[in-house]
Amino acid sequence: MNITKTLDAKGIACPMPIVRTKKTIDTINSGEVLEVLVTDKGALSDFPAWSKASGHTILETKEEDGVHFFYIQKA
Amino acid sequence: MVVKTWKAADVARYVIDNKELFILDVRNEDAFEDWKIDGHKFEYLNIPYFELLDGVEEILPKIPTDKDVLVVCAKEGSSIMVAEMLSDAGRNVGYLAGGMKSWSTYLEPIKVGDLNGGGELYQFVRLGKGCLSYMAISEGEAAIIDAVRFTEVFTKFAEEKGVEIKHVFDTHLHADHISGGRHIAAATGATYYLPPKDAEEVVFDFTALEDGLTVQLGSSQIEVGALYSPGHTIGSTSFVIDAKYLLTGDILFIDSIGRPDLAGLAEDWVGDLRETLYKRYRELVADLVVLPAHFMIIEELNEDGTVAKRLGDLFAENHGLNVEDEAVFRKMVTDGLPPQPNAYQEIRQVNMGKITPDDEEQTEMEIGPNRCAVR
Repeated sequence: MNITKTLDAKGIACPMPIVRTKKTIDTINSGEVLEVLVTDKGALSDFPAWSKASGHTILETKEEDGVHFFYIQKA
Repeated sequence: MVVKTWKAADVARYVIDNKELFILDVRNEDAFEDWKIDGHKFEYLNIPYFELLDGVEEILPKIPTDKDVLVVCAKEGSSIMVAEMLSDAGRNVGYLAGGMKSWSTYLEPIKVGDLNGGGELYQFVRLGKGCLSYMAISEGEAAIIDAVRFTEVFTKFAEEKGVEIKHVFDTHLHADHISGGRHIAAATGATYYLPPKDAEEVVFDFTALEDGLTVQLGSSQIEVGALYSPGHTIGSTSFVIDAKYLLTGDILFIDSIGRPDLAGLAEDWVGDLRETLYKRYRELVADLVVLPAHFMIIEELNEDGTVAKRLGDLFAENHGLNVEDEAVFRKMVTDGLPPQPNAYQEIRQVNMGKITPDDEEQTEMEIGPNRCAVR
């Protein structure tokens, strides 16, 4: 997977992870992949719901030591 | 416009006082579908906050200007953001401090009635979770039944009333909320009682709550008496207080009856449930006021916010008490039950003392609606 950009959103609480992710994804091109690191548990349900609503695709998710990684392909 | 901060207690007053409120819930759709703030006269609009990042203009026509508007989310962050956007657009709105988390943990103490010789009985209504706890007080002494995990609410209340907590009971080993019972007992020196049949795996000391056990409050005539009433669990026990009130735990609710499956033994316990509801309770005085450990829907609240109804009325009106055919009853309480409460198996482990999650984890475990009943 080619990662175009990484957003470190660790330690910030809802709604900021989504707010920043939206801003960052606006800066990449369609089909490119954004990697997002979050620790806010609310993000676990918010990211899939937001991606679905905005048409982006979550290619993969993983968790390492309480940090959640989302790989989001821009619509 | 200044965004107003609402506390859970303010929302609780709107529920109890039957006031109108418009709730803009900015959580995910599935979270809203699963569980929301219920009020008799509340209206709702559910739009996830992330659909409003570009602005709130589109939803402005749907937000009323002639009633109070409250923005709600899971914790509070996104509701503050949306409330500020609405405020910038000239609307007068508030947000719920602490979000659904604080709603889930709020308790409103309401007096149910007087007991003999100046005693009083209070019901603690946890509106966001449908849990009901009780405190009977008389002549400087208190007994608590089915306390939820916010122990300070009870110890402070006892302090304000100038009473000493002497007895703390749990009607059964709870599966849908974390009990505060043994912690209150430890903090106050009170005796903690649990039905031994539910306590086979618990790892702390307790006093056996047996059928017929009676404790007296103060030097008065007020008695809190135990009545073995299995069915929700094998140890489930009810209480008769002052020959006036019947505390039914999770066996009998206002509009429903207890479910026998939360410890995984529906088939085994359905017979006990039938026996309790159709024989043991039938032998009691119809004028007893039933006070359950839970409510499921807002319609079960009385005008003063209490959840209480005459036993005789329940015999006439509660669907679960009016299934003549035992086979039909058996099917009703074992087949097609609603989903089980969130994390119910872990919650049982906490209540047995086997695991000790931190406060944040306990809040997570208890999130979501109450699901103890068959309706």
